[in-house]
Amino acid sequence: MKFGVIRFPGTCDDVDAQLAAQRVGDAELLWHRDRDLKGVDAVIVPGGFSYGDYLRAGAIARFAPVMEEVIEFANAGGLVLGICNGFQILCEAGLLPGALLINDHLKFVFRQVNLEVVDPNTPFTRECPPTLSIPVKHTTGRYYSPTPVQVVLRYAPGNNPNGSQDDIAGVVNNAGNVFGLMPHPEHAVDLLTGSEDGLRIFESIRTAVDERVKVTL
Amino acid sequence: MSTDARGGRVTYRELGLTDSEYDLIVEGLGREPNAVELAMLSLMWSEHCAYKHSKKLLRGLPTEGPHVLVGPGENAGAVDVGNGIAIAFKVESHNHPSAVEPFQGAATGVGGILRDIFAIGARPIAVLDSLRFGEPADSQRSRYLLEHAVAGIGHYGNSIGVPTVGGEIYFEPSYEQNCLINAMAVGMAPHSRLTSAAAAGPGNILILFGALTGRDGIGGASVLASAELGEGDDAKRPTVQIGDPFAEKKLMECSLELLDRELLASLQDLGAAGLTSSASEMASKGEVGLDVDITKIPLREADMEPFEIMVSESQERMLCVVEPDKVAAVLAVCEHWDILATAIGSVTELPLFRILSGDEVIGELPVPLLVDDCPLYDLEPQAPTTSLYPGGDQRIATDAAPADTLLALLASANISSRRPVFEQYDPVVQSRTVRRPEQADAAVLALPVLDVDSGAAGAPVPAIAISIDGNGRRVAVDPRAGAAEAVYECAANLACVGATPLGLTNCLNFGNPEKPHVAWQLSEAIDGLAQACRDLEVPVVGGNVSLYNESPDGPILPTPVVGMVGKLPDARRAAFLGFANDGHKIALVGGFNPSRDGSELAKLHGRAPAGALPEKNVAEIRATHQQVRDGVNSGAFLSAHDIAEGGIAVALAECVISCGLGARVELPDGLDLFGEDFGTAFIVSGTAEDLAGLELIGEVGGDALEIGGVLDLPISGLTEAHASGLADLLR
Repeated sequence: MKFGVIRFPGTCDDVDAQLAAQRVGDAELLWHRDRDLKGVDAVIVPGGFSYGDYLRAGAIARFAPVMEEVIEFANAGGLVLGICNGFQILCEAGLLPGALLINDHLKFVFRQVNLEVVDPNTPFTRECPPTLSIPVKHTTGRYYSPTPVQVVLRYAPGNNPNGSQDDIAGVVNNAGNVFGLMPHPEHAVDLLTGSEDGLRIFESIRTAVDERVKVTL
Repeated sequence: MSTDARGGRVTYRELGLTDSEYDLIVEGLGREPNAVELAMLSLMWSEHCAYKHSKKLLRGLPTEGPHVLVGPGENAGAVDVGNGIAIAFKVESHNHPSAVEPFQGAATGVGGILRDIFAIGARPIAVLDSLRFGEPADSQRSRYLLEHAVAGIGHYGNSIGVPTVGGEIYFEPSYEQNCLINAMAVGMAPHSRLTSAAAAGPGNILILFGALTGRDGIGGASVLASAELGEGDDAKRPTVQIGDPFAEKKLMECSLELLDRELLASLQDLGAAGLTSSASEMASKGEVGLDVDITKIPLREADMEPFEIMVSESQERMLCVVEPDKVAAVLAVCEHWDILATAIGSVTELPLFRILSGDEVIGELPVPLLVDDCPLYDLEPQAPTTSLYPGGDQRIATDAAPADTLLALLASANISSRRPVFEQYDPVVQSRTVRRPEQADAAVLALPVLDVDSGAAGAPVPAIAISIDGNGRRVAVDPRAGAAEAVYECAANLACVGATPLGLTNCLNFGNPEKPHVAWQLSEAIDGLAQACRDLEVPVVGGNVSLYNESPDGPILPTPVVGMVGKLPDARRAAFLGFANDGHKIALVGGFNPSRDGSELAKLHGRAPAGALPEKNVAEIRATHQQVRDGVNSGAFLSAHDIAEGGIAVALAECVISCGLGARVELPDGLDLFGEDFGTAFIVSGTAEDLAGLELIGEVGGDALEIGGVLDLPISGLTEAHASGLADLLR
């Protein structure tokens, strides 16, 4: 299978996401100006600071030409994973409910956190054990939604790094094919660098893609 | 500024030039300089650009070694790490801007050092920071500076996608008015991409790319604003540079792509003194001249004076030399990255830097006059007869119980956990970070891209290790021995992860060198640094000098900061600082010769930094470092931690806190628990078999640190003290 990793100006974790995805399949970078997903099987909107996070995290990236294709791909049932800034962008684009607000302590935080897999039946978590150790790194990661959402990951008790509502770390859309999370699974794919729990998310996507009918636009 | 030449008699003094320096300029030029020329010369002849009080001393530093690819003189130094890979690195200060505006000062300090790295063709892969502030418990200002400087560093490093992997912070009263913000960056490049800043090829085109040129930084570099713009309110405008990491991220990717495509003849970043310094250094290195047309330069404010354009320190700008037939390709790459790029001039045959305004020549200076002819001064060093720095408040009784003393040290501002700071930095982006802050004594970054075959389960993973060190209290006690200790200590940190030093960069932060006692500190420290570098065979590949760090209360502690890069054969074996397993033996390795002068305990007792540092046995230090490297690389030592601030008791406590396993230890008779000696001795652990023949001092296990007959403290108490020190101050 092939992953596509979106690269906006200011994206930082694009190569990291590509390297992580390459552990389970092929992965190529997709440029923000190109209205072309190049036939990928799943899209990753990676972390970083797209367009400098100016105006509001994710608010500008959501208008990038490539996002028109991502929205169409998602609406057709394609698997889309948004990590950190990618989660923020997917919320801004209306593909996921809710919003990410500035952390309750108002600072950037890097921390290895424990996560509970609340829903192991999504295309993104089917290979996951009940708990995961994955780092977070963000300033704008406090999840908020005024309406009920489908929670996939929660920070384990005492691990909420940002004041997120109900300890929410990751959510899916109603159709179950778009997943956003603040922790960085691409930075937990090798024991040498701390943890390989994040790899389970990429493996889950591969399994799901292998079983699905290919989405073509 | 008056353009009338002799009217400049007042002006040049306001610009920081002495009468004799001005006379030299007139002599070299054969006439009086005009306003633009004087602005340029005054900056190029400033301490910051010309190193006029330190250059002679710096010549004593060893700069050659088998691994050196680029030595001092380029934007950054570089060493070879094998397989065609070069590692570039440099440390620089941004002290005074940070004292004025800590967030932007620290942020642009990071931005500036990163540009130095990618200017020579290397992709930045790590940032480390060395910070100094006043006593946080006593000073609201110091807590403010710390909080905002840390936020600024994080803002820039995190946003640009370069991990901040290490650093150090000390708090001392002498830094109250004059904080230190030193940032070190490390980059990686194939040898073939290493690039010089030397302009080459008359007829080639000079292209400025990146941000617009504005008025920022002009008043910061000199007193031009008040001299020049005296009439209007513009003159009073604060002129702190503002960083934009988003702009620099694009600039970095763009620059690296231009180099990958071999489109550039040379590349240079714009830093202090802006276009003036960048362009004249390019011309000087290439022994050519340059024409720059200021009407071509894209401006943020339309009404800028020519001199303002030439000395603006607007951030996120680069200058490159391009062959005429490659200009279109260069502009296309810049356009891809949304980077503004403009041809502003060309390379010329004669070594003249000409400033044009359209067809009119408005300035014409010989390049050697700008770059080489600033006089270098001899210092007049004189050792002070009394300690320059008073003792502080006594914070713990001299007869306190050892357990109470250890807890006080662990909770002290200088020793307590740095977690509240480093949690504000991203240490993992770029997927190379094998050892993060507080996991080991040095940061460890894998060299090859890690993939499914090369990780924990795969083949050996060659890596680099990086550390940055400098303890001003100890240098105040003895500048020569203290500066040498910083080198030994840095190398000891690398040894703990199994790394052999390849090269060193330094930032020399001192007071006013025109004062005899500061001159003495500076010359002694450079001698000590040079000797230690020769002792360990570590060449100096670059660095920075920051002088005049003084307030009315006196100079800062003499603070040479040393950054070192080493190589290790297999990152998988890089030792952690905490013990690995219950039942493992603990050994003391090295000739440990502790004393209390200049120690953290002496500080808590209210004593001034004075007395003498322990004698060093260089042969023994070399042998010990090799022994630790070998032990780590063979897998015999599963943990390794060097003994530094707070002595052996604090080192043992740090091992325990880091892993959550206790230890039962018996120390040699008479060994001072809290005395300090830097870079000489290590706490290592492993199986009894693997540690056979070493001086065993204890065993891992239990839920407390027991030092036989002296103290017995639960891990929870140690951890709480260590975690609370800095966190409480920042709350």
